[in-house]
Amino acid sequence: MTADSEIKKKVIIFAEKRDERIHPISFELLGKGREIADKLNAEVSCALLGYRLSREQALELIYYGADRVFLYDDPVFKELNVIQYKHNIVRLVKRERPDIFLFGATHFGRSLAPRVAAALETGLTADCIDLQVDENGDLIQIRPAFTGNILAHIKTKTKPVMSTVRYKVMQMKDKDLTRKGQIIEEVTEVSNERSPKTIRKERQAEFNIAEAKIIVSGGRGLGAPEGFKLLKELADLLGGVVGASRTPVDEGWIGKEHQVGFSGNTVKPKLYIACGISGSPQHLAGMKDSETIIAINTDPSAPIHRVADYSIISDIYQVVPEMIKEIKARRVNRI
Amino acid sequence: MGLKVIVLVKQVPDIAKVKFDVEKGRIDRSSAEAEINPFDLNALEAAVQVKEKAGGTVTAISMGPPQAATSLKDAMARGADEAILLEDKVFAGADTWATSYTLSCAIKKIGGFDLIFCGEKTVDGDTGQVGAEVAEQLGIPHIYYVSKICDVSQNRIEVVSEVDDSSYLLESDLPTLISVTKDVNKPRLPTLRDKLRAMKSEIKIWHANNLSDVINLANVGYLGSPTAVHKVVIPKEKERQGKIFKDVYEGVNAVLDALEYKKLI
Repeated sequence: MTADSEIKKKVIIFAEKRDERIHPISFELLGKGREIADKLNAEVSCALLGYRLSREQALELIYYGADRVFLYDDPVFKELNVIQYKHNIVRLVKRERPDIFLFGATHFGRSLAPRVAAALETGLTADCIDLQVDENGDLIQIRPAFTGNILAHIKTKTKPVMSTVRYKVMQMKDKDLTRKGQIIEEVTEVSNERSPKTIRKERQAEFNIAEAKIIVSGGRGLGAPEGFKLLKELADLLGGVVGASRTPVDEGWIGKEHQVGFSGNTVKPKLYIACGISGSPQHLAGMKDSETIIAINTDPSAPIHRVADYSIISDIYQVVPEMIKEIKARRVNRI
Repeated sequence: MGLKVIVLVKQVPDIAKVKFDVEKGRIDRSSAEAEINPFDLNALEAAVQVKEKAGGTVTAISMGPPQAATSLKDAMARGADEAILLEDKVFAGADTWATSYTLSCAIKKIGGFDLIFCGEKTVDGDTGQVGAEVAEQLGIPHIYYVSKICDVSQNRIEVVSEVDDSSYLLESDLPTLISVTKDVNKPRLPTLRDKLRAMKSEIKIWHANNLSDVINLANVGYLGSPTAVHKVVIPKEKERQGKIFKDVYEGVNAVLDALEYKKLI
Protein backbone atom coordinates (compact mmCIF):
# COMPACT_ATOMS: atom_id res chain seq x y z
CA MET A 1 0.00 0.00 0.00
CA THR A 2 1.38 3.40 -0.88
CA ALA A 3 1.62 6.19 1.66
CA ASP A 4 -0.92 8.13 -0.36
CA SER A 5 -3.65 5.52 -0.13
CA GLU A 6 -3.06 5.09 3.60
CA ILE A 7 -4.02 8.66 4.32
CA LYS A 8 -6.83 8.74 1.80
CA LYS A 9 -10.03 9.97 3.39
CA LYS A 10 -13.18 7.89 3.17
CA VAL A 11 -16.82 8.64 2.60
CA ILE A 12 -19.28 5.79 3.09
CA ILE A 13 -22.87 5.90 1.92
CA PHE A 14 -25.63 3.67 3.19
CA ALA A 15 -27.23 2.17 0.07
CA GLU A 16 -30.78 1.42 1.11
CA LYS A 17 -32.32 -1.69 -0.37
CA ARG A 18 -36.08 -1.48 -0.22
CA ASP A 19 -38.14 -4.39 -1.46
CA GLU A 20 -36.60 -5.28 -4.78
CA ARG A 21 -34.80 -2.05 -5.59
CA ILE A 22 -32.15 0.23 -4.21
CA HIS A 23 -33.90 3.39 -3.06
CA PRO A 24 -33.15 6.25 -5.51
CA ILE A 25 -31.93 8.40 -2.61
CA SER A 26 -28.84 6.19 -2.47
CA PHE A 27 -27.84 7.34 -5.96
CA GLU A 28 -28.48 10.97 -5.03
CA LEU A 29 -26.19 10.51 -2.01
CA LEU A 30 -23.55 8.99 -4.29
CA GLY A 31 -23.71 12.11 -6.46
CA LYS A 32 -23.13 14.38 -3.45
CA GLY A 33 -20.66 11.95 -1.87
CA ARG A 34 -18.58 11.98 -5.06
CA GLU A 35 -18.55 15.79 -5.11
CA ILE A 36 -17.38 15.96 -1.47
CA ALA A 37 -14.87 13.17 -1.99
CA ASP A 38 -13.34 14.90 -4.99
CA LYS A 39 -12.76 18.03 -2.87
CA LEU A 40 -11.22 16.01 -0.03
CA ASN A 41 -9.34 13.62 -2.28
CA ALA A 42 -11.33 10.84 -0.65
CA GLU A 43 -12.76 7.56 -1.85
CA VAL A 44 -16.48 6.86 -1.82
CA SER A 45 -17.87 3.50 -0.91
CA CYS A 46 -21.33 2.11 -0.31
CA ALA A 47 -22.58 -0.18 2.41
CA LEU A 48 -25.20 -2.35 0.73
CA LEU A 49 -27.08 -4.63 3.10
CA GLY A 50 -29.98 -6.85 2.10
CA TYR A 51 -31.17 -10.30 1.23
CA ARG A 52 -30.70 -11.80 -2.24
CA LEU A 53 -28.76 -8.86 -3.57
CA SER A 54 -27.58 -9.09 -7.12
CA ARG A 55 -24.16 -8.27 -8.43
CA GLU A 56 -25.91 -5.92 -10.88
CA GLN A 57 -27.20 -3.86 -7.99
CA ALA A 58 -23.69 -3.47 -6.60
CA LEU A 59 -22.37 -2.60 -10.08
CA GLU A 60 -25.10 0.00 -10.44
CA LEU A 61 -23.67 1.79 -7.38
CA ILE A 62 -20.24 1.76 -8.99
CA TYR A 63 -21.63 3.20 -12.24
CA TYR A 64 -23.12 6.05 -10.21
CA GLY A 65 -19.89 6.89 -8.40
CA ALA A 66 -18.87 4.28 -5.81
CA ASP A 67 -15.24 3.15 -5.66
CA ARG A 68 -16.02 0.20 -3.43
CA VAL A 69 -19.20 -1.60 -2.39
CA PHE A 70 -19.33 -3.50 0.89
CA LEU A 71 -21.91 -6.15 0.25
CA TYR A 72 -23.77 -7.84 3.10
CA ASP A 73 -26.18 -10.45 1.76
CA ASP A 74 -27.97 -12.32 4.51
CA PRO A 75 -31.52 -13.54 5.34
CA VAL A 76 -31.31 -11.48 8.54
CA PHE A 77 -31.89 -8.38 6.36
CA LYS A 78 -35.11 -9.72 4.89
CA GLU A 79 -36.96 -7.57 7.39
CA LEU A 80 -36.07 -3.93 7.97
CA ASN A 81 -34.53 -4.88 11.29
CA VAL A 82 -32.77 -1.80 12.65
CA ILE A 83 -30.74 -3.76 15.19
CA GLN A 84 -29.19 -6.12 12.61
CA TYR A 85 -28.42 -3.26 10.22
CA LYS A 86 -26.93 -1.22 13.06
CA HIS A 87 -24.78 -4.09 14.28
CA ASN A 88 -23.14 -4.66 10.90
CA ILE A 89 -22.77 -0.98 9.99
CA VAL A 90 -21.09 -0.31 13.34
CA ARG A 91 -18.67 -3.17 12.64
CA LEU A 92 -17.91 -1.75 9.20
CA VAL A 93 -17.33 1.77 10.54
CA LYS A 94 -14.99 0.48 13.25
CA ARG A 95 -12.96 -1.37 10.62
CA GLU A 96 -12.94 1.19 7.82
CA ARG A 97 -12.85 4.33 10.00
CA PRO A 98 -14.55 6.62 7.47
CA ASP A 99 -14.45 10.39 7.88
CA ILE A 100 -18.02 10.83 6.67
CA PHE A 101 -21.01 8.48 6.70
CA LEU A 102 -24.26 9.44 4.99
CA PHE A 103 -27.77 8.01 5.22
CA GLY A 104 -30.86 8.91 3.23
CA ALA A 105 -33.51 10.60 5.39
CA THR A 106 -36.13 8.00 4.57
CA HIS A 107 -38.24 6.64 7.43
CA PHE A 108 -35.87 3.71 7.73
CA GLY A 109 -32.75 5.89 7.48
CA ARG A 110 -34.06 8.22 10.16
CA SER A 111 -34.72 5.28 12.45
CA LEU A 112 -31.40 3.54 11.79
CA ALA A 113 -28.94 6.46 11.69
CA PRO A 114 -29.45 7.71 15.30
CA ARG A 115 -29.03 4.18 16.54
CA VAL A 116 -25.71 3.82 14.68
CA ALA A 117 -24.52 7.29 15.75
CA ALA A 118 -25.35 6.67 19.41
CA ALA A 119 -23.56 3.31 19.33
CA LEU A 120 -20.47 4.98 17.84
CA GLU A 121 -20.80 7.99 20.16
CA THR A 122 -20.57 10.34 17.24
CA GLY A 123 -22.60 13.33 16.12
CA LEU A 124 -25.51 13.02 13.71
CA THR A 125 -27.13 15.84 11.77
CA ALA A 126 -30.69 15.26 10.66
CA ASP A 127 -32.39 15.91 7.37
CA CYS A 128 -29.66 17.89 5.60
CA ILE A 129 -30.54 19.74 2.42
CA ASP A 130 -26.96 20.56 1.51
CA LEU A 131 -23.44 19.45 2.40
CA GLN A 132 -20.43 21.66 1.73
CA VAL A 133 -16.72 21.45 2.39
CA ASP A 134 -15.23 24.57 3.98
CA GLU A 135 -11.68 25.94 3.62
CA ASN A 136 -10.46 23.75 6.52
CA GLY A 137 -11.80 20.65 4.82
CA ASP A 138 -14.60 20.37 7.39
CA LEU A 139 -18.03 19.27 6.35
CA ILE A 140 -20.73 21.92 6.76
CA GLN A 141 -24.10 20.25 7.13
CA ILE A 142 -26.99 22.53 6.26
CA ARG A 143 -30.42 21.67 7.59
CA PRO A 144 -33.77 23.31 8.17
CA ALA A 145 -35.01 23.75 11.74
CA PHE A 146 -37.90 25.50 13.46
CA THR A 147 -40.38 23.76 11.18
CA GLY A 148 -38.32 24.74 8.18
CA ASN A 149 -38.13 28.46 9.05
CA ILE A 150 -34.37 28.62 9.57
CA LEU A 151 -31.30 26.94 8.10
CA ALA A 152 -28.66 25.81 10.57
CA HIS A 153 -25.07 25.18 9.48
CA ILE A 154 -23.72 22.34 11.61
CA LYS A 155 -20.19 21.09 12.15
CA THR A 156 -19.32 17.80 13.80
CA LYS A 157 -16.28 17.40 16.07
CA THR A 158 -16.29 13.61 16.20
CA LYS A 159 -15.56 10.99 13.53
CA PRO A 160 -17.24 9.88 11.45
CA VAL A 161 -19.30 12.94 10.65
CA MET A 162 -22.75 11.44 10.18
CA SER A 163 -25.79 12.94 8.49
CA THR A 164 -29.13 11.96 7.11
CA VAL A 165 -29.93 13.74 3.84
CA ARG A 166 -33.33 14.61 2.50
CA TYR A 167 -34.74 12.89 -0.56
CA LYS A 168 -34.77 14.82 -3.86
CA VAL A 169 -32.39 17.60 -2.89
CA MET A 170 -29.10 16.14 -4.16
CA GLN A 171 -28.29 15.56 -7.81
CA MET A 172 -27.37 12.07 -8.89
CA LYS A 173 -24.54 11.84 -11.42
CA ASP A 174 -25.00 10.41 -14.88
CA LYS A 175 -24.59 6.69 -15.09
CA ASP A 176 -21.09 5.85 -16.30
CA LEU A 177 -20.86 2.26 -17.50
CA THR A 178 -17.09 2.55 -17.84
CA ARG A 179 -16.51 3.24 -14.14
CA LYS A 180 -14.61 0.53 -12.34
CA GLY A 181 -14.86 -0.36 -8.69
CA GLN A 182 -14.48 -3.14 -6.24
CA ILE A 183 -17.26 -5.29 -4.80
CA ILE A 184 -16.31 -6.69 -1.42
CA GLU A 185 -18.41 -9.57 -0.16
CA GLU A 186 -18.70 -9.18 3.58
CA VAL A 187 -19.61 -11.74 6.21
CA THR A 188 -22.72 -10.69 8.10
CA GLU A 189 -22.66 -11.10 11.84
CA VAL A 190 -26.04 -11.80 13.42
CA SER A 191 -26.60 -9.80 16.60
CA ASN A 192 -28.42 -11.38 19.52
CA GLU A 193 -29.56 -7.98 20.76
CA ARG A 194 -33.32 -7.93 21.34
CA SER A 195 -35.27 -6.35 18.47
CA PRO A 196 -38.90 -5.90 17.36
CA LYS A 197 -40.34 -8.51 14.99
CA THR A 198 -42.36 -7.88 11.86
CA ILE A 199 -45.67 -9.74 11.98
CA ARG A 200 -46.80 -8.70 8.52
CA LYS A 201 -46.87 -5.92 5.98
CA GLU A 202 -50.11 -4.00 6.49
CA ARG A 203 -50.30 -1.71 3.53
CA GLN A 204 -48.40 -0.66 0.45
CA ALA A 205 -49.58 2.63 -1.01
CA GLU A 206 -50.13 2.71 -4.75
CA PHE A 207 -48.04 5.81 -5.13
CA ASN A 208 -45.52 7.88 -3.23
CA ILE A 209 -46.59 11.49 -3.14
CA ALA A 210 -42.96 12.59 -2.69
CA GLU A 211 -42.31 11.39 -6.26
CA ALA A 212 -45.16 13.35 -7.89
CA LYS A 213 -44.39 16.19 -10.32
CA ILE A 214 -47.84 17.77 -10.05
CA ILE A 215 -49.97 17.75 -6.90
CA VAL A 216 -53.53 19.02 -6.58
CA SER A 217 -54.13 19.26 -2.85
CA GLY A 218 -57.30 19.76 -0.84
CA GLY A 219 -57.91 21.04 2.67
CA ARG A 220 -60.63 21.85 5.13
CA GLY A 221 -62.15 24.26 2.60
CA LEU A 222 -63.39 21.34 0.49
CA GLY A 223 -66.08 20.93 3.14
CA ALA A 224 -66.81 17.30 2.24
CA PRO A 225 -65.04 14.16 1.01
CA GLU A 226 -66.73 14.48 -2.40
CA GLY A 227 -64.53 17.50 -3.10
CA PHE A 228 -61.63 15.15 -3.74
CA LYS A 229 -63.45 13.72 -6.78
CA LEU A 230 -63.25 17.14 -8.36
CA LEU A 231 -59.58 17.50 -7.45
CA LYS A 232 -58.90 14.03 -8.86
CA GLU A 233 -60.45 15.10 -12.15
CA LEU A 234 -58.10 18.09 -12.31
CA ALA A 235 -55.11 16.02 -11.20
CA ASP A 236 -55.82 13.36 -13.84
CA LEU A 237 -56.10 16.03 -16.49
CA LEU A 238 -52.69 17.43 -15.49
CA GLY A 239 -51.05 14.02 -15.05
CA GLY A 240 -50.65 14.64 -11.34
CA VAL A 241 -51.81 13.16 -8.06
CA VAL A 242 -54.15 14.28 -5.31
CA GLY A 243 -52.69 15.56 -2.07
CA ALA A 244 -54.28 16.72 1.17
CA SER A 245 -53.59 18.75 4.27
CA ARG A 246 -53.99 17.17 7.69
CA THR A 247 -57.67 17.99 8.29
CA PRO A 248 -59.19 15.89 5.48
CA VAL A 249 -56.93 12.98 6.44
CA ASP A 250 -57.97 13.25 10.10
CA GLU A 251 -61.61 13.49 9.03
CA GLY A 252 -61.22 10.30 7.02
CA TRP A 253 -62.06 12.03 3.71
CA ILE A 254 -58.91 10.66 2.08
CA GLY A 255 -56.10 8.21 2.85
CA LYS A 256 -53.00 9.13 4.79
CA GLU A 257 -50.72 8.43 1.83
CA HIS A 258 -52.08 11.66 0.29
CA GLN A 259 -51.03 13.87 3.18
CA VAL A 260 -48.52 16.63 2.57
CA GLY A 261 -46.85 18.42 5.43
CA PHE A 262 -44.15 18.46 8.03
CA SER A 263 -45.51 15.41 9.81
CA GLY A 264 -46.42 13.59 6.63
CA ASN A 265 -44.51 13.90 3.41
CA THR A 266 -42.32 16.77 2.35
CA VAL A 267 -42.88 17.44 -1.35
CA LYS A 268 -41.19 19.52 -4.00
CA PRO A 269 -43.24 19.15 -7.19
CA LYS A 270 -43.10 21.34 -10.28
CA LEU A 271 -46.67 22.44 -9.61
CA TYR A 272 -48.63 22.52 -6.37
CA ILE A 273 -52.27 23.59 -6.44
CA ALA A 274 -53.61 24.20 -2.92
CA CYS A 275 -57.42 24.09 -2.86
CA GLY A 276 -59.16 25.26 0.28
CA ILE A 277 -55.95 24.97 2.32
CA SER A 278 -55.28 27.80 4.76
CA GLY A 279 -51.59 26.91 5.22
CA SER A 280 -50.60 25.87 8.76
CA PRO A 281 -46.86 26.14 9.53
CA GLN A 282 -46.62 22.34 9.23
CA HIS A 283 -48.31 22.29 5.84
CA LEU A 284 -46.17 25.15 4.54
CA ALA A 285 -43.00 23.39 5.73
CA GLY A 286 -44.08 20.38 3.69
CA MET A 287 -44.71 22.13 0.36
CA LYS A 288 -43.27 25.65 0.25
CA ASP A 289 -40.28 24.58 -1.87
CA SER A 290 -42.57 23.54 -4.73
CA GLU A 291 -41.57 25.22 -7.98
CA THR A 292 -44.89 26.89 -8.78
CA ILE A 293 -47.64 27.27 -6.20
CA ILE A 294 -51.25 28.14 -6.91
CA ALA A 295 -53.58 28.85 -3.99
CA ILE A 296 -57.34 28.82 -4.26
CA ASN A 297 -58.98 30.03 -1.10
CA THR A 298 -61.89 32.32 -0.21
CA ASP A 299 -59.95 33.86 2.68
CA PRO A 300 -57.54 36.55 1.40
CA SER A 301 -55.65 36.51 4.73
CA ALA A 302 -54.91 32.77 4.66
CA PRO A 303 -51.13 32.15 5.14
CA ILE A 304 -51.03 29.93 2.03
CA HIS A 305 -51.15 33.07 -0.15
CA ARG A 306 -47.77 34.17 1.23
CA VAL A 307 -46.03 31.30 -0.55
CA ALA A 308 -48.22 31.32 -3.67
CA ASP A 309 -47.24 32.55 -7.11
CA TYR A 310 -50.90 32.86 -8.05
CA SER A 311 -53.79 33.26 -5.66
CA ILE A 312 -57.39 33.07 -6.68
CA ILE A 313 -59.55 34.41 -3.88
CA SER A 314 -62.68 32.47 -4.60
CA ASP A 315 -64.62 29.31 -3.98
CA ILE A 316 -62.85 26.17 -5.20
CA TYR A 317 -66.17 24.81 -6.46
CA GLN A 318 -66.24 27.69 -8.93
CA VAL A 319 -62.53 27.85 -9.73
CA VAL A 320 -61.67 24.17 -10.20
CA PRO A 321 -64.52 23.34 -12.64
CA GLU A 322 -63.65 26.49 -14.61
CA MET A 323 -60.03 25.40 -14.69
CA ILE A 324 -60.96 21.91 -15.92
CA LYS A 325 -63.24 23.35 -18.60
CA GLU A 326 -60.62 25.86 -19.77
CA ILE A 327 -57.78 23.31 -19.88
CA LYS A 328 -59.93 21.04 -22.06
CA ALA A 329 -60.87 23.95 -24.31
CA ARG A 330 -57.25 25.02 -24.73
CA ARG A 331 -56.21 21.49 -25.58
CA VAL A 332 -58.89 21.22 -28.24
CA ASN A 333 -57.80 24.54 -29.75
CA ARG A 334 -54.19 23.42 -29.83
CA ILE A 335 -54.97 20.46 -32.09
CA MET B 1 -48.95 -5.08 38.49
CA GLY B 2 -49.09 -2.40 35.89
CA LEU B 3 -46.74 -0.74 33.48
CA LYS B 4 -44.25 1.93 34.30
CA VAL B 5 -44.49 4.28 31.35
CA ILE B 6 -42.16 7.19 30.64
CA VAL B 7 -42.91 10.01 28.20
CA LEU B 8 -40.23 12.31 26.78
CA VAL B 9 -41.49 15.88 26.57
CA LYS B 10 -39.93 19.06 25.24
CA GLN B 11 -41.02 22.64 25.72
CA VAL B 12 -40.95 24.57 22.43
CA PRO B 13 -42.12 27.99 21.24
CA ASP B 14 -45.51 28.18 19.53
CA ILE B 15 -44.20 27.85 16.01
CA ALA B 16 -47.21 29.56 14.41
CA LYS B 17 -46.36 32.77 16.28
CA VAL B 18 -42.59 32.81 16.69
CA LYS B 19 -40.80 35.59 14.77
CA PHE B 20 -37.59 35.22 12.81
CA ASP B 21 -35.23 38.12 12.22
CA VAL B 22 -34.01 37.64 8.66
CA GLU B 23 -31.33 40.37 8.88
CA LYS B 24 -29.74 39.27 12.16
CA GLY B 25 -30.33 35.55 11.66
CA ARG B 26 -32.00 35.34 15.03
CA ILE B 27 -34.99 33.54 16.46
CA ASP B 28 -36.98 35.80 18.76
CA ARG B 29 -38.14 33.28 21.34
CA SER B 30 -39.89 35.99 23.37
CA SER B 31 -42.26 36.57 20.43
CA ALA B 32 -44.20 33.40 21.15
CA GLU B 33 -45.46 31.56 24.19
CA ALA B 34 -43.87 28.25 25.12
CA GLU B 35 -45.89 25.07 24.94
CA ILE B 36 -45.45 21.30 24.89
CA ASN B 37 -44.09 20.19 21.54
CA PRO B 38 -47.29 19.30 19.61
CA PHE B 39 -45.96 15.85 18.64
CA ASP B 40 -45.31 15.07 22.31
CA LEU B 41 -49.01 15.52 23.09
CA ASN B 42 -49.67 12.40 21.03
CA ALA B 43 -46.93 10.55 22.90
CA LEU B 44 -48.45 11.62 26.22
CA GLU B 45 -51.94 10.60 25.13
CA ALA B 46 -50.60 7.21 23.98
CA ALA B 47 -48.94 6.72 27.37
CA VAL B 48 -52.11 7.64 29.25
CA GLN B 49 -54.17 5.27 27.10
CA VAL B 50 -51.71 2.45 27.77
CA LYS B 51 -52.02 3.13 31.50
CA GLU B 52 -55.81 3.10 31.25
CA LYS B 53 -55.71 -0.25 29.49
CA ALA B 54 -52.93 -2.10 31.30
CA GLY B 55 -52.68 -0.20 34.57
CA GLY B 56 -49.57 1.50 35.89
CA THR B 57 -48.11 4.98 36.05
CA VAL B 58 -46.99 7.67 33.59
CA THR B 59 -43.88 9.73 34.26
CA ALA B 60 -43.19 12.74 32.06
CA ILE B 61 -39.55 13.74 31.78
CA SER B 62 -38.09 16.84 30.18
CA MET B 63 -34.74 18.53 29.92
CA GLY B 64 -34.87 22.30 29.79
CA PRO B 65 -34.69 25.63 31.59
CA PRO B 66 -36.64 26.27 34.85
CA GLN B 67 -39.63 27.65 32.93
CA ALA B 68 -40.08 24.25 31.22
CA ALA B 69 -41.76 23.23 34.50
CA THR B 70 -44.95 24.87 33.16
CA SER B 71 -45.03 22.37 30.28
CA LEU B 72 -44.59 19.53 32.74
CA LYS B 73 -47.54 20.86 34.78
CA ASP B 74 -49.48 20.78 31.53
CA ALA B 75 -48.35 17.16 31.07
CA MET B 76 -49.72 16.35 34.50
CA ALA B 77 -53.01 18.01 33.67
CA ARG B 78 -53.13 15.75 30.64
CA GLY B 79 -52.71 12.58 32.67
CA ALA B 80 -49.09 12.14 33.77
CA ASP B 81 -48.82 10.98 37.39
CA GLU B 82 -45.35 12.32 37.95
CA ALA B 83 -43.03 14.78 36.20
CA ILE B 84 -39.30 15.29 36.32
CA LEU B 85 -37.41 18.27 34.95
CA LEU B 86 -33.70 17.87 34.23
CA GLU B 87 -32.54 21.40 34.77
CA ASP B 88 -28.98 22.60 35.09
CA LYS B 89 -26.79 25.16 33.37
CA VAL B 90 -24.38 22.38 32.38
CA PHE B 91 -27.16 20.66 30.37
CA ALA B 92 -27.72 23.74 28.18
CA GLY B 93 -26.78 23.82 24.50
CA ALA B 94 -26.94 20.04 24.10
CA ASP B 95 -27.27 18.46 20.67
CA THR B 96 -29.29 15.28 20.11
CA TRP B 97 -26.51 13.00 21.32
CA ALA B 98 -25.87 14.89 24.57
CA THR B 99 -29.63 15.31 25.12
CA SER B 100 -30.29 11.61 24.68
CA TYR B 101 -27.34 10.79 26.93
CA THR B 102 -28.69 13.02 29.71
CA LEU B 103 -32.24 11.70 29.33
CA SER B 104 -31.05 8.10 29.33
CA CYS B 105 -29.04 8.68 32.53
CA ALA B 106 -32.15 10.06 34.22
CA ILE B 107 -34.22 7.13 32.95
CA LYS B 108 -31.63 4.71 34.35
CA LYS B 109 -31.97 6.48 37.67
CA ILE B 110 -35.77 6.16 37.57
CA GLY B 111 -35.25 2.48 36.70
CA GLY B 112 -37.72 -0.35 36.29
CA PHE B 113 -39.56 1.15 33.31
CA ASP B 114 -41.52 -0.87 30.74
CA LEU B 115 -42.28 1.58 27.97
CA ILE B 116 -40.96 4.92 26.77
CA PHE B 117 -43.03 7.08 24.45
CA CYS B 118 -41.83 10.07 22.47
CA GLY B 119 -43.16 12.21 19.61
CA GLU B 120 -41.98 11.87 16.02
CA LYS B 121 -39.90 15.05 16.21
CA THR B 122 -39.96 18.51 17.75
CA VAL B 123 -41.12 21.61 15.93
CA ASP B 124 -37.98 23.56 16.87
CA GLY B 125 -35.16 21.04 16.39
CA ASP B 126 -36.98 19.07 13.68
CA THR B 127 -34.54 16.16 14.09
CA GLY B 128 -36.51 13.18 15.40
CA GLN B 129 -33.24 11.61 16.56
CA VAL B 130 -33.46 11.74 20.33
CA GLY B 131 -35.85 8.77 20.72
CA ALA B 132 -33.68 6.21 18.91
CA GLU B 133 -30.52 7.58 20.53
CA VAL B 134 -32.11 7.18 23.98
CA ALA B 135 -33.11 3.60 23.10
CA GLU B 136 -29.57 2.77 21.96
CA GLN B 137 -28.06 4.23 25.11
CA LEU B 138 -30.48 2.24 27.27
CA GLY B 139 -29.88 -0.91 25.20
CA ILE B 140 -33.58 -1.41 24.41
CA PRO B 141 -35.34 -1.73 21.02
CA HIS B 142 -37.26 1.12 19.45
CA ILE B 143 -40.05 1.40 16.91
CA TYR B 144 -40.40 4.63 14.94
CA TYR B 145 -43.33 6.26 13.15
CA VAL B 146 -45.96 4.35 15.07
CA SER B 147 -49.42 5.29 13.77
CA LYS B 148 -51.46 2.79 15.76
CA ILE B 149 -51.13 0.87 18.99
CA CYS B 150 -52.98 -2.41 18.47
CA ASP B 151 -52.33 -4.24 21.70
CA VAL B 152 -50.35 -3.89 24.90
CA SER B 153 -49.90 -6.31 27.78
CA GLN B 154 -47.54 -6.58 30.74
CA ASN B 155 -44.65 -7.79 28.60
CA ARG B 156 -45.43 -7.10 24.95
CA ILE B 157 -46.69 -4.38 22.59
CA GLU B 158 -48.08 -4.64 19.07
CA VAL B 159 -48.08 -1.57 16.83
CA VAL B 160 -48.33 -0.37 13.23
CA SER B 161 -45.23 1.43 11.99
CA GLU B 162 -45.08 3.58 8.85
CA VAL B 163 -42.12 3.13 6.53
CA ASP B 164 -42.46 5.65 3.70
CA ASP B 165 -45.26 4.35 1.46
CA SER B 166 -45.73 1.09 3.40
CA SER B 167 -46.78 0.13 6.88
CA TYR B 168 -45.93 -2.90 8.96
CA LEU B 169 -47.46 -4.64 11.96
CA LEU B 170 -44.68 -5.12 14.50
CA GLU B 171 -44.38 -6.61 17.95
CA SER B 172 -41.82 -6.03 20.63
CA ASP B 173 -41.16 -7.39 24.07
CA LEU B 174 -40.93 -4.78 26.82
CA PRO B 175 -39.14 -2.64 27.70
CA THR B 176 -39.12 -0.77 24.42
CA LEU B 177 -39.27 2.78 23.10
CA ILE B 178 -42.13 3.86 20.84
CA SER B 179 -42.03 7.04 18.76
CA VAL B 180 -45.51 8.04 17.62
CA THR B 181 -46.86 10.07 14.70
CA LYS B 182 -49.81 12.42 14.93
CA ASP B 183 -52.04 9.69 13.51
CA VAL B 184 -51.76 7.54 16.62
CA ASN B 185 -54.52 9.34 18.54
CA LYS B 186 -56.31 12.62 19.18
CA PRO B 187 -54.94 14.10 22.40
CA ARG B 188 -57.78 14.97 24.78
CA LEU B 189 -57.98 18.40 26.29
CA PRO B 190 -57.50 18.75 30.04
CA THR B 191 -60.55 19.85 32.00
CA LEU B 192 -60.46 22.83 34.32
CA ARG B 193 -60.35 20.41 37.26
CA ASP B 194 -57.34 18.61 35.73
CA LYS B 195 -55.58 21.94 35.33
CA LEU B 196 -56.25 22.99 38.91
CA ARG B 197 -55.04 19.65 40.24
CA ALA B 198 -51.89 19.92 38.13
CA MET B 199 -51.22 23.47 39.34
CA LYS B 200 -50.98 22.18 42.91
CA SER B 201 -48.87 19.16 42.02
CA GLU B 202 -45.14 19.14 42.41
CA ILE B 203 -42.59 18.86 39.62
CA LYS B 204 -39.40 17.07 40.62
CA ILE B 205 -36.33 19.04 39.64
CA TRP B 206 -33.16 17.06 39.08
CA HIS B 207 -29.90 19.00 38.74
CA ALA B 208 -26.61 17.52 37.57
CA ASN B 209 -25.64 16.67 41.16
CA ASN B 210 -28.84 14.62 41.59
CA LEU B 211 -27.61 12.38 38.77
CA SER B 212 -23.98 12.17 39.93
CA ASP B 213 -24.16 8.39 40.46
CA VAL B 214 -25.24 7.70 36.86
CA ILE B 215 -23.85 10.53 34.72
CA ASN B 216 -20.52 11.57 33.24
CA LEU B 217 -20.73 15.35 32.98
CA ALA B 218 -18.17 15.39 30.18
CA ASN B 219 -20.97 14.12 27.94
CA VAL B 220 -23.63 16.74 28.67
CA GLY B 221 -24.57 20.17 27.39
CA TYR B 222 -22.78 22.21 24.77
CA LEU B 223 -19.32 20.92 25.71
CA GLY B 224 -20.42 17.28 25.59
CA SER B 225 -22.09 17.67 22.21
CA PRO B 226 -20.35 16.21 19.15
CA THR B 227 -22.13 18.67 16.86
CA ALA B 228 -22.40 22.43 17.08
CA VAL B 229 -24.36 25.06 15.22
CA HIS B 230 -21.78 27.03 13.34
CA LYS B 231 -24.16 29.54 11.78
CA VAL B 232 -27.88 30.18 11.47
CA VAL B 233 -29.34 31.55 8.29
CA ILE B 234 -32.92 32.63 8.05
CA PRO B 235 -33.67 32.14 4.40
CA LYS B 236 -35.71 34.76 2.69
CA GLU B 237 -38.87 33.16 1.44
CA LYS B 238 -38.51 32.12 -2.17
CA GLU B 239 -39.50 35.01 -4.42
CA ARG B 240 -43.04 34.38 -5.53
CA GLN B 241 -45.08 36.05 -8.20
CA GLY B 242 -47.69 36.87 -5.59
CA LYS B 243 -50.36 37.64 -8.16
CA ILE B 244 -53.80 37.84 -6.64
CA PHE B 245 -57.07 37.49 -8.54
CA LYS B 246 -60.55 38.01 -7.24
CA ASP B 247 -62.32 37.20 -10.49
CA VAL B 248 -62.57 33.48 -11.20
CA TYR B 249 -62.41 33.71 -14.99
CA GLU B 250 -59.53 36.18 -15.00
CA GLY B 251 -57.63 34.18 -12.38
CA VAL B 252 -58.05 30.85 -14.14
CA ASN B 253 -56.87 32.27 -17.45
CA ALA B 254 -53.83 33.99 -15.98
CA VAL B 255 -52.87 30.79 -14.18
CA LEU B 256 -53.32 28.65 -17.28
CA ASP B 257 -51.31 31.10 -19.40
CA ALA B 258 -48.46 30.76 -16.91
CA LEU B 259 -48.74 26.97 -16.82
CA GLU B 260 -48.78 26.81 -20.60
CA TYR B 261 -45.67 28.96 -20.69
CA LYS B 262 -44.00 26.55 -18.27
CA LYS B 263 -45.24 23.64 -20.40
CA LEU B 264 -47.10 22.16 -17.46
CA ILE B 265 -50.41 21.77 -19.25
